Amino acid sequence: MDSFDILWLQGASCGGCTMAALEGGHSGWFAELKRFGINLLWHPSVSEATADEAVAIFERIASGEQRLGALVLEGAVLRGPNGSGRFNMLGGTGRSMLHWVTALAPRADYVVAAGSCAAFGGVPMAGSNPTDASGLQYAAAEAGGVLGASFRSRAGLPVINIAGCAPHPGWISETLAALALGAVDTAALDAFGRPRFFADHLAHHGCARNEYYEFKASAEELSQQGCLMEHLGCKATQAVGDCNQRGWNGSGSCTSGGYACIACTSPGFETSQGFMETAKLAGIPVGLPLDMPKAWFVALAALSKSATPKRVRANAAADHIVVPPRSDPGRRP
Amino acid sequence: MTRRITVGPFNRVEGDLEVRLDLADGVVRSAEVTAPLYRGFEQILRGRSAMDALTLVPRICGICSVSQSMAAVAALRAAGGVRPARNGVLAANLAHAAENAADHLTHFYLFFMPDFARDAYAARRWHPEIAARFKAVQGRAAQAMLPARARLLQIMGLLAGKWPHSLAFQPGGTTCAIDLGERVQLLSIIGDFRDFLERTVFGDNLDNVLAIDSVAGLEAWRDGRGSDFAGFLGIADDLALHQLGRIALPLMSFGAYQGEDAALFAAGVLDPSSAERTSFDPAAITEDVAHAWMRETSLLPMEADTDPDADKPAGYSWCKAPRLAGGPAEVGALARQAVDGDPLIRDCLARFGPCVTTRVVARLRETARLALAMHQWARQLDLAEPFLERGERGCDGTGIGLVEAARGSLGHWIELRGDSIRRYQIIAPTSWNFSPRDRDGVPGPLEQALVGTPVGDAGARAVTIQHVVRSFDPCMVCTAH
Repeated sequence: MDSFDILWLQGASCGGCTMAALEGGHSGWFAELKRFGINLLWHPSVSEATADEAVAIFERIASGEQRLGALVLEGAVLRGPNGSGRFNMLGGTGRSMLHWVTALAPRADYVVAAGSCAAFGGVPMAGSNPTDASGLQYAAAEAGGVLGASFRSRAGLPVINIAGCAPHPGWISETLAALALGAVDTAALDAFGRPRFFADHLAHHGCARNEYYEFKASAEELSQQGCLMEHLGCKATQAVGDCNQRGWNGSGSCTSGGYACIACTSPGFETSQGFMETAKLAGIPVGLPLDMPKAWFVALAALSKSATPKRVRANAAADHIVVPPRSDPGRRP
Repeated sequence: MTRRITVGPFNRVEGDLEVRLDLADGVVRSAEVTAPLYRGFEQILRGRSAMDALTLVPRICGICSVSQSMAAVAALRAAGGVRPARNGVLAANLAHAAENAADHLTHFYLFFMPDFARDAYAARRWHPEIAARFKAVQGRAAQAMLPARARLLQIMGLLAGKWPHSLAFQPGGTTCAIDLGERVQLLSIIGDFRDFLERTVFGDNLDNVLAIDSVAGLEAWRDGRGSDFAGFLGIADDLALHQLGRIALPLMSFGAYQGEDAALFAAGVLDPSSAERTSFDPAAITEDVAHAWMRETSLLPMEADTDPDADKPAGYSWCKAPRLAGGPAEVGALARQAVDGDPLIRDCLARFGPCVTTRVVARLRETARLALAMHQWARQLDLAEPFLERGERGCDGTGIGLVEAARGSLGHWIELRGDSIRRYQIIAPTSWNFSPRDRDGVPGPLEQALVGTPVGDAGARAVTIQHVVRSFDPCMVCTAH
C-alpha cells in the first residue's frame, strides 16, 4: 500500500486539536495512523525532525519534489498586522504561517482544517479580532478566508473542515483515515465542508437529558439535571455533531458534564455573548431547533410543561436523582 | 569569533519557538528566545461578560486548559467572594491533577526522550534499546503510553464532560455531581494510572519510589532496573545532563491543589544556592515589556494593558518579561517540589542545582505524588453533598487567580466593572521561563540556561540545545497568549 503522506502545521492554535488527536484509537494514535497507511511527514508536536530538517521538508513539498496527501492545519491563520502575518511567524524561517499555508495548500491532494480555528477562524476571531484571524476557507460563516471561496485542492475538494473546539478525537482520526482510503468526495461533506459522518447529527441527539427536554423540565442553575436549553444557554438542538452518540474521554460530553453546548462546531460560535445564558425574546429562547416552526415549538413546550411528571420536575432541579422511576413489583413490564 | 545562528521551528514543545544563539569556540555565549505567536486573548477578553472568561480562557491552551480554567475561576472567586463547594474543590483537583500528570507523561514520552533516539547518539551503548523504545512516532514506548494517557484523561469524561476545554469549572465548584458508580469508575482509572506508573515508568511500587530521599538512594535504586525512568537516569549519567541547562535563579511556586487546610504543594520561593525558603508575595510580581513587541504600560499586572507593537525596534518576542522582586524566576515541577520540600528534589538541587536532570526527575517524582493524592481525593468526595455552590453574579472589583499548571506558576489578574471585564492580564509559566530580557538587560531563565551549552561543530543541530530547551517543558501557546 502506498503511504498517505500528511503534513500537520499549527497556526494560531492552542494545540488542543493535537491533544485531542493523541487520544484517538484504542492502541494509540500512531498505531491508528499506521493501520491506514498514514505517514506523518512532519507534525510539530511529535516528529523528530526539527529546525532546518523540518524546513527542508516544507521546501521539498513547496517545490513539488515531495508528494503531499494532505496538508492539515490546526489553528487560525493570522493576517495581521496590516496583512503582514507577523503575529504568527514560523520559527526559524523568517516567514509567516500565512505565507507557508498559502504556499503549501496548492500542493496537497487534500487540505484539512483540524478544528474550528483553522476551519472558520474560531476563538482568535472573537471580540475585535485583534490579529485579523481567519479560517482557511471561511472567516466565521463567510466563504473566502485565506485560500478563497473557489479554492480546490488537487483532488478537487474544498477545505475539509473537522469543526469543533476541540474536535472529538474520532472525528480527526476517521477523517484522515477516510481520506487515506480515498473515500471522501464532495457528497461526504456538508455545506460548510464538514464531514457528514459527524455533521449530519445534532449534538442534541442522544443527550442524556432528553427526557427533561421532552417535558421542558429545565435546569435553572448549573449542576442541576434538567434541560439546559431554556435557561443555561444550550445550543445542542442547533449544533452539528454526534457528541452525545459517542463518548468524549470515555463516557463524557458537554451536556453530560453539566454545562451547555456552545455550538463549537458552528462558524462564528465565538461571537456569542453570555455562553451560559439563554438569549430570550419575550421569554422565548431565540435559538430554537432550526427546522421546527416556532409556533409549534411554543405550543408543544406549553403542553409538555403542563404534562411533566412530578419525578421529572423534581429531578430537573436537583443535582442527583431525588425521585427514582416508579417500579411496581406487581406489574409486568 | 562569534557567529549567530537561528534555531526554529523548535518543535516537540507545545506551540512554536525560535531561539537565536551566539556561538564561539563551540559554546553558546548568549541566547535570545522568541515566542513567535500572538493571538491577543487579553484584548479579546476586554468588555466581555465576566463569566464568558470561562469559555474563552481555557482555549488559550489545549495542553493546560484546566489550569487556565482554574486560574480564571480563582480570579473570579477572589473578585466575587464566592466560596466553592468542598466536592467541587476535590473534583477540580482531580481533573487538574489528571491534566498535569498527563502533561508530564506527554512531555517525557513524546517531547523529551525521542532526542536520545537520534542518530547523533548511535555510538552509545544504550542507543539501540532507547531508539527502539523512544524513536519519535515509531517507538514502542508511545504505543504503551498513549492508551495509558487516554485512560487517565477519562477522568475528564466523568468529572468535566470532556478535555480539552471544559466549562465544568466554576467559581462555586464543578457542574457535574457524580454518583456511586462513577466514583468507582474514578478509582478504577486512578488505579490504572498507578499501574502504568509502577509497571512502565518506574518499575517499582510507588511507595518505594517515594521513599527515595537522596541522589545516592536514587543511584542505588536505578541499578539493574528496567524501567523508563531508570533508563533516563542511566542516560543522564552517561551524558552528564546535570551539567546542562544550569542556572541558580529563585524557584517560585504559587502552591498547588487546594486542600481542607493547606495546598497539597506549598507556595513559596526557594533560593537554590542557599536552600532558603521565603514566602511568596503576589505584590512582588511585575511585567516588563522593554524587549517585547508591546507598548509600554504599567509594570503591575493589575494596572497593565496588552497592546501589541510589531514594529518596536527593541522587541524580539511576543512574550513579556515577568519578574519577581525585580528579577527572573524559574517555575515548574522542579520549583514546586523544591519549594514544597521534597527530600529527593532538595538533594538533587544541593548536588546539581537546577539543571536538565533535576527538572526531569522532579516531573516524574511529582507524577507519583499525584497518583496517591488523586486516590485520596476520590475517596473524600461526599456524594450526598453538592458539587457547586451558588454565587452572586456580577460585581465591581478585582481578583487575582494563582494556580500551578504542569509547567509552573500561572496567574490571572482580573478587573470587573459590573458584569463585564475591564481588564484581564495573564502571566503563564513559560512567560517566566522563556522571558526575554528586561529593561536592565537581564536575560530570562532559558536565555541564561543556554549560555555555556557545548554545541561542538553541530551548530544549530546540536542535540544539547534540544535537551536544555525541552527540559523546561515549554508551553509556547500559553507564553504570549
